Amino acid sequence: MYRFNFQPVFDNLDMLAHGAWLTVQLSSLAMAIGLVVSVLGAVAKTSGIKPLRWIVDAYVEVIRNTPFLIQIFFIFFGLPALGISMSHNTAALVALVVNVGAYGTEIIRAGIESIPQGQIEAGRALALSPVQIFRHVVLKPALRNIYPSLTSQFIYLMLTSSVVSVISATDLAAAGADLNARTFASFEIYLVLTVLYFLLALGFSTLFATLRRVFFDYPAGR
Amino acid sequence: MTEHAITMRAVNKYYGAYHALVDIDLTVDRGERIVICGPSGSGKSTLIRTINQLETIQSGQIVVDGIALSGAENVAKVRRDVGMVFQSFNLFPHMTVLENCMLAPMKTRKVPRAEAEATARQYLERVRIPEQADKYPAQLSGGQQQRVAIARALCMKPRIMLFDEPTSALDPEMVKEVLDTMIDLARDGMTMLCVTHEMDFARAVADRVIFMDRGAIVEENAPEPFFTNPCNERLQAFLGQIA
Amino acid sequence: MIREFSSADVLFILMAIRWTLILSLIAFAGGAVGGMALALARTSQARALRWISIAFIQVFQGTPLLMQLFLVYFGLAVLGLPIDPLLAAAVALTLHASAFLGEIWRGAIQAVPQGQSEAATALALSYGDRMRHVVLPQAMRTATAPTVGFLVQLIKGTSLASIIGFTELTRAGQIVNNATFQPFLVFGTVAVFYFILCWPLSLLARRMEARMRLAVTR
Ligand SMILES: Nc1ncnc2c1ncn2[C@@H]1O[C@H](COP(=O)(O)OP(=O)(O)O)[C@@H](O)[C@H]1O
Ligand SMILES: [Mg+2]
Repeated sequence: MYRFNFQPVFDNLDMLAHGAWLTVQLSSLAMAIGLVVSVLGAVAKTSGIKPLRWIVDAYVEVIRNTPFLIQIFFIFFGLPALGISMSHNTAALVALVVNVGAYGTEIIRAGIESIPQGQIEAGRALALSPVQIFRHVVLKPALRNIYPSLTSQFIYLMLTSSVVSVISATDLAAAGADLNARTFASFEIYLVLTVLYFLLALGFSTLFATLRRVFFDYPAGR
Repeated sequence: MTEHAITMRAVNKYYGAYHALVDIDLTVDRGERIVICGPSGSGKSTLIRTINQLETIQSGQIVVDGIALSGAENVAKVRRDVGMVFQSFNLFPHMTVLENCMLAPMKTRKVPRAEAEATARQYLERVRIPEQADKYPAQLSGGQQQRVAIARALCMKPRIMLFDEPTSALDPEMVKEVLDTMIDLARDGMTMLCVTHEMDFARAVADRVIFMDRGAIVEENAPEPFFTNPCNERLQAFLGQIA
Repeated sequence: MIREFSSADVLFILMAIRWTLILSLIAFAGGAVGGMALALARTSQARALRWISIAFIQVFQGTPLLMQLFLVYFGLAVLGLPIDPLLAAAVALTLHASAFLGEIWRGAIQAVPQGQSEAATALALSYGDRMRHVVLPQAMRTATAPTVGFLVQLIKGTSLASIIGFTELTRAGQIVNNATFQPFLVFGTVAVFYFILCWPLSLLARRMEARMRLAVTR
């Protein structure tokens, strides 16, 4: 009969808490930069400049049809062959940004296209400039429309980020792996890690639901 | 030079190869009320949308309120002077009724907030829904939304109002409240171009009724002779259909 | 010893695709059974079943697949079973697929208009007949595109089995890389293989979705 031993885990909770904090930081930073990439990607895709569209299409398709693990191996181990080498943590960040940027491009593009043409025409008829139309007419409803996909993408990104521990970047999963190497209470450690990730996901979805109520609380139109 | 509200000369508009407006000549006097009718796809929307440059034209000339429609600067000027009401209301869903009415005056005419709000409330009063000021569009009936859209356009203090089938998306019981609002506006001397098939409205307020077919104006007349003595045979058929 | 990246290495990697496919198929088949059970439980009248289904889906969608793999892998030892990477990966990916397919299919079932189920009940059909002949055939139309889309996610997910030591496509790449030290070439090749597996499915899913949207608007 297996004897559970959670002692090593409880003795090192501070270490895991620190790992969790690193995971939050890493995924938030990746999401923030990834959003910039996504907006650029979406603008390029809707720009009508064909070569630009092809490049973005290729980027999106390659990323969405290959595993994140291979992407991070390629970036961390493969790119130095081209003279581009970076630290474990930088490679992790870059891989996450590249990954979430591809999914985000599609989300943002859908958001822009979700605004009915009539809204933009009403803005033009009221003599608003293109920038004013984007700022006052398009932005908020578009954000509201993509908010659910964007926030679940963030949570998915945070869960995926556990994979960066395989290139020894520092995060929650890496903290767990460290502990595992020292104490061998493997099942207990990964059980607690899983619970911690779950709590992070739960915390963020609660936060996002609250923010949604604060920022997008207007009755939906047709 | 500014005795006419709108002058269109030899205007042609194409969508790709499709000839949507064919040699349109039209002069609208100040305070004149014009109703435009015609079969679906005949170019009615396209015609009034060229007046505020929601559609660009390929040849001809349009002068609105003494301003020739060319160059971004002039277009912005014209749009500030021309209000438009759409078939599908196009209210901004994320703003209250009041905010919908205040946005454009504050952003394009630089009207101070307090003044914009006072103006907005005044026009909401005028379209008879002052009590809805703090609601969101989705909380209103279609008729109420369309009246807000009229108020929103009026808040820019336009000299000309364009209506593109303002009642055709409405349930029958709401048509009257919107038409009444438009009749009020006509009585006050607003220059109006209305695309509509509400012939009672045309009889009551129009100075002139225009019939369009296949992108061209094929008949125009005062309401009485227009309805009782139509010359064009397609107009006769059209009037037979909607009667 | 470092040696050249040769055609034998490409062949070795190519052969490993077999294990990626086998693992994907096992997980998909198992996930189909589990997912159907979860979807039915989630849409049933019994509150307890609904809650169990919700909890299962929440947990598996709210935690990293990597952690699920580790938990099952080390969990086998807890249960006194021999530690076997294939078994662990198959079990973990099956549970994972069950949760995602369960959620997709729940949505599809709930998208069938209430009136359909009510009409079937009014015709005195049993729950089983109602589901089999009325609700599920209609739900299937909405479900196929996202199901194919999930298959792509699943194939990519099997790459994590390499971390617990199962030799599929990704681990084959790592092994070759360790011997040749040509990461750019090796992982590039592996990426191309994954792309060849996943891209057609992505295209298929997108085409199905477009066709469905057309059918809806018609
Ligand atoms: N954006 C567009 N692109 C291509 N064709 C258009 C466009 N808008 C309108 N049309 C065509 O121009 C013709 C006139 O349209 P419209 O002015 O909307 O007609 P109406 O308002 O009289 O029903 C129609 O045949 C329509 O199909
Ligand atoms: Mg029209």
